[in-house]
Formats: sequence, structure tokens, C-alpha cells
Amino acid sequence: MAEAVAEKSIPEFKRGVKAGIGIGIGYFPVALTFGLLAKATDLNVMETLLMSMIVFAGAAQYIALSLISLGTGMFEIILTTFIVNIRHFLLSASLNEKAADDHPAFKAVYAFGITDETFSVAAMRDGTVTAGYMFGLNLVAYSSWVVFSGIGHVLGAGLPQVLQESMSVALYAMFIGLLVPSLKKNVKIVFLAVLAAAFNTIFTMSEFLSSGWSIVVSTLLAAILTELIETGKRLRGGRADGQ
Amino acid sequence: MDSKLVLLILGMGLVTYIPRMLPFFLFRGKELPRFVQGILKNVPYATLGALIFPGVLFIQEDITYGIVGAAAAFILAFMGGNIFVVIIGAIAVLTVYSSFF
Repeated sequence: MAEAVAEKSIPEFKRGVKAGIGIGIGYFPVALTFGLLAKATDLNVMETLLMSMIVFAGAAQYIALSLISLGTGMFEIILTTFIVNIRHFLLSASLNEKAADDHPAFKAVYAFGITDETFSVAAMRDGTVTAGYMFGLNLVAYSSWVVFSGIGHVLGAGLPQVLQESMSVALYAMFIGLLVPSLKKNVKIVFLAVLAAAFNTIFTMSEFLSSGWSIVVSTLLAAILTELIETGKRLRGGRADGQ
Repeated sequence: MDSKLVLLILGMGLVTYIPRMLPFFLFRGKELPRFVQGILKNVPYATLGALIFPGVLFIQEDITYGIVGAAAAFILAFMGGNIFVVIIGAIAVLTVYSSFF
């Protein structure tokens, strides 16, 4: 029985590892910079590693550093972290719909590794998302994040300027690379992505919402509006197809 | 290690983990209403749209830089390049771009 499980999950794990390499590359410059900033904020290397190991959330960790340097109290920093990271709830709820029927304990473990990036890669996968796949995916992303946070601190220097700048595009390139194949398949997906991007532009440029909240609100608005339109079309019995 | 800082990190870790883990248990074995399922299926594409734009414009002070990088990634992906080709290609294009401009 255990062998049968292993037989199925090892290839899944490998697929996850392979899918995670893009994230590993993308995290490299971001984690390196985090390590540098942590050093500048007077965290020692162990504290820097510990934060990356336990929190594993880029934006929140950056914000925490700036709050620490401002002398903000512990409670406020934890509350801010919660607010910044509450959007993971939406990502996990979405991934849960696609998750294979694995043991809840496995899900509790891989849930720890859900970030914008691991979520995006997993959600774009064809078919269900298994625990083996998520472990592989998370392992690469997590290792890259933790190891390069430490290296950034120890080296105390970033990449050469030109490379540091050009690598800042890596995660965006990954998001684009994940989205485009689906855009080609379906107009609805184009609509969803463009609508969310438009909302996000309005909310962030008008400074109506912080960027973290803006992503959640834009995503939800676009997802709900699109679904309302779809439902409307269904109720009208496909007449909309001919318009 | 500074014990207050360790406590802070543990607190941050806890409040980050809870929203990540909760949906897997709250909605376990439950068939959500069709409308909600539809929304959750839309979320990945909408999130990607919001994650990409307008953030990609501001990766450097010069907005053109982000546009060039995004365009390179888009073209490579549109031509069917796999994810590594897209990532490495966009980095390469920007490395060349910044050594000229």
C-alpha cells in the first residue's frame, strides 16, 4: 500500500520540483535583497533566516523590516502582517477546489507554502493538484527563499547593478508566462485578467487602497463580475452566444 | 537571538499560516454553491492580471524598462516558449537593453 502511494507520488513530486524552478529563479534577487535589508535593519543572520523560514512571505517580510527600523511595536507589526497576508485565504480557497483528495495532514503542510507564486503555478496546472506536486513545488520555492535570504545577509552585497535590475523582472515574466497560454485559449480569461489589472491600476494609482488590498479587491471584483455575466448568459439559455 | 524578535517572528508566522491553511479545512468535503465555485475558478486568472499590472511598470524608475521586459515576456510566451525561456529571455532582453540605454 505504502509502495503504491510512493509509486504515484514520486513522479508528482518531481513534476512539482520542475515547476518550481521558475519560482526559485524569481525569488533569488528578491530574497538576496531581503537579506541585505535585514542586515541593514540590524537583524543577525540567524534572525534573518528564521524570519524567512517561519513567515515565508516576501511583501510582509519587507514591510516588517521597515516597521522594525521605525521602532513599531510587536502587536502592530503582527497585525500588519496579518492584514497583508490575509489574501492567502482567497488563494487557498481557490486551490482547494482543485486539490486532489489527499490526507488533511498533507494539506496542512503544503498550505504553509502557498504564496502568490506557488499558487499561480499550481493553479495553472492541468487537472488536480496533488500533495506530492505541492511538496516539490514548495520545496524549491522555499529553499530558494530561505537560502538566498541568508546569502544576501552574509555577502552584504547584491548582484552586479545591471543583473540586479534585469532580474527584477523575473517574477513578472513568470506570471506572464503562466497567463499567456490560457489567454490564447479563452476570451473569458482575457476579460478576467484585463478587468482585474484595470481595477488594480485604478485602486493603486488613486492610492485608494494599498497594493496588497488592491490585489485582493481587484481579483474578487473581476472574478465576481465575470461570473455574474456568465450566469446571466446561462440563464438566457445561450442566446448571448449569437450577439 | 533577541527573544523579543523571535517572538515577533513566531507571531508573524502564525498569522500568515492561518489564512493559508484555513480554507482547506473550512471547505473540506463541502460542495460550495455553483456561483461561488465559479468565482473561485476565476480567481487564478484575475490574480495573475492584478499581479502583473501595473506592478511590472514600476520594477525600475524608468517605466520603459518594465514595458520592455513585459513585452519580451509576452512575445516569448505567445510564441509558445516554456516558462524558463520566458523568464531567462526577459532577463536577457533587459540586460541588453540596460547596457544600451
